[in-house]
Amino acid sequence: MMAKQIRRRDVLRGTAGFGAAMLLSKLAGCAPAETDSATADPTPQANSAANGEPIKIGLVAALTGSSALSGEAITRGLTVAIDEVNRNGGVLGGRPLELVSRDDESTPAKGVAAARELIEQEQVAVVFGGLDSPVSLAMLPVIHELQTPYMGVWAAATGITRNDFDPNYAFRVSANDNIVDRFLMKHIKETYSDISKVGLLLINNPWGESNQIGFEEWAPEYDLNIVGIEKFNDAETDISPQLSRLKDAGAEALLLVANAAPAAQAIKSLARLNWDVPVVSHWGVSGGRFPELAGQAAADKVVFVQTYSFYGEQGKKGKQVLADLKETFNLSGPSEILAPVGTANAYDALHLTALALETAASTEGPKLREAFLNLPTYEGLIKTYEQPFTPDNHDALNENDYVLVQWKENEIVPVES
Amino acid sequence: MWPQLVISGIAIGSLYGLVALGFQMTFAVSKTMNFSQGASVMLGAVLCYVLNITWGWPLIVAVGLAAIACVGFGLLVERLAVRPFAKAGSNAWLLTTIAVGIVVENLAMLTFGKEVRAYPSVLAEVPLRIWGIGIYPLELVIPVAGLAIALLVRLIFTRSLLGKALQAVSEDHETAQLMGIAVESMIAFSYGASTLLAGLAGMLIAPITNVAATMGTLLGLKAFATAIIGGLDNPWGVMVAGILYGLVEAIAVGLLGGSYREIVGFAVVIVALALKPGGIFGRQQVNKV
Repeated sequence: MMAKQIRRRDVLRGTAGFGAAMLLSKLAGCAPAETDSATADPTPQANSAANGEPIKIGLVAALTGSSALSGEAITRGLTVAIDEVNRNGGVLGGRPLELVSRDDESTPAKGVAAARELIEQEQVAVVFGGLDSPVSLAMLPVIHELQTPYMGVWAAATGITRNDFDPNYAFRVSANDNIVDRFLMKHIKETYSDISKVGLLLINNPWGESNQIGFEEWAPEYDLNIVGIEKFNDAETDISPQLSRLKDAGAEALLLVANAAPAAQAIKSLARLNWDVPVVSHWGVSGGRFPELAGQAAADKVVFVQTYSFYGEQGKKGKQVLADLKETFNLSGPSEILAPVGTANAYDALHLTALALETAASTEGPKLREAFLNLPTYEGLIKTYEQPFTPDNHDALNENDYVLVQWKENEIVPVES
Repeated sequence: MWPQLVISGIAIGSLYGLVALGFQMTFAVSKTMNFSQGASVMLGAVLCYVLNITWGWPLIVAVGLAAIACVGFGLLVERLAVRPFAKAGSNAWLLTTIAVGIVVENLAMLTFGKEVRAYPSVLAEVPLRIWGIGIYPLELVIPVAGLAIALLVRLIFTRSLLGKALQAVSEDHETAQLMGIAVESMIAFSYGASTLLAGLAGMLIAPITNVAATMGTLLGLKAFATAIIGGLDNPWGVMVAGILYGLVEAIAVGLLGGSYREIVGFAVVIVALALKPGGIFGRQQVNKV
């Protein structure tokens, strides 16, 4: 066959077609973000007792995409807390708080742009962060350049709060990988006194890496011997090769770090090997569809960490927050709270922020940062915070505040000891 | 541990082979390829999920409709993204088919969402135990179905009138046209058939891989590698290469650990092509002057 000559017009047509197609796909990718960021203000102004000039609170989190539930859970916690603050007269002599949200689509670059826009254009006092550690880590330089406090309520990477910036503007009311790793190993030692060999099963990304460092640091403290470290990727369907290696190495318990979908594949692969081994997991498996993806029976066996549970006997604060959540979002009970971690952390973090605003008597970043380090005692939902932040520790929660939970028919319930 | 690895490698490898058959098919007929093959895999699985699980239609209806939609998608790709360029002797179809794949994937994210969902199936719930190896019944069905389809493709090509016409087109468009063969229809047919294969593959694997808008991307890439290694003129070779590729990956994980899966897999592709540029089972492409 004779090849015809390629004409200039054809090349142009081809390029134009490709360009148009790329443009379309980009537009398709962006569309949900625009609609979502438009619904930025869920705070009803009408029924607030405070009526001065609003103080804006920023949120950069995943509001669309596979982690959208996390953004919604955080928004709920913030909304309930903001309503409460506003009902009680706001802060700084009657100024109400107002939430301004931006969708980061779980993409670091989008999160960085959103943080800058919130601080420079919207002039938010504090930027709250979402589920994705890579996004929060990427936002740190902007936060510090513009000297505005960051408040983490989900992302757990150790380096977010333990960073190299001085002064450090990153605070967190959530888990910290390093502390979680210690907590999980402590649980293994206390629950299974005869176990000394553990295997690590980690997602092949920076989050997995961050936890590998933590586990390796804490293993000697609890006389645990890490006999194997296996990584797996998001789209892998059969993790039995990795599990076989851990089994052959003599692992008696598994420490799992991965989000719901890949973690479910790992749990399904355990069934292939017919290997009945205790699985202790970071909170990735708390993602909505884990029981559906892993199979209910297998999912129920996995024990994992949370910062709070709305199940069981609730304290005074728990009852009140639960009632507010039910009323504001029309929920029938704790089973409809999407992700308790995000909601509870966000609730306490917002109140701590309101206290910091009062303490600083200002919305200026540097003064707020100082105020976070000198907060009065606050009786919160998760615990009573007595000087939650110090110059050496920007994590308000530690291993004593975590709870161990498991799935039970689509509900996350505390492990009965 | 090794028997488990071998079985799991064969099961995953035959997935690659099945999707790779689609690459092979269009290339054999028109010397063009549909790089949105990964999107076709996703399209089949997602449509079947929506019809069957979300809307509760009977499985057989869902599979049928999803299959028809996949054929339609293939015809559209050929008509809009391949024919105008191939006709003019341009290679722009390379880019346009990739672009179509990206568009479809993003449309799926927009409508179906980015969340991963489980496709319940009795064939993928409880693993069978054979000599201590755990394997889902579906993983036995996939290689068998893959080899059967490869055989069918081979038979159609060599034994049927349609196959003879397709082969004539692949040899020489102009001569085939002179012999009264509708060349354009034949090429369109090969595209419809290739996306049908990919769509069926998607439905077949959904209970194991789960359903997601992005499920086809890596699979499409590996299937392409498989098609190249297998030799683009040989459906059997493609299927066998798929299984070999799956085995190489599983063995790499077994020996070195999970981080080495893609490194070793794709390195083997490079080595295989350096040693046998026409593919392991393919004939050397000879440029006659």
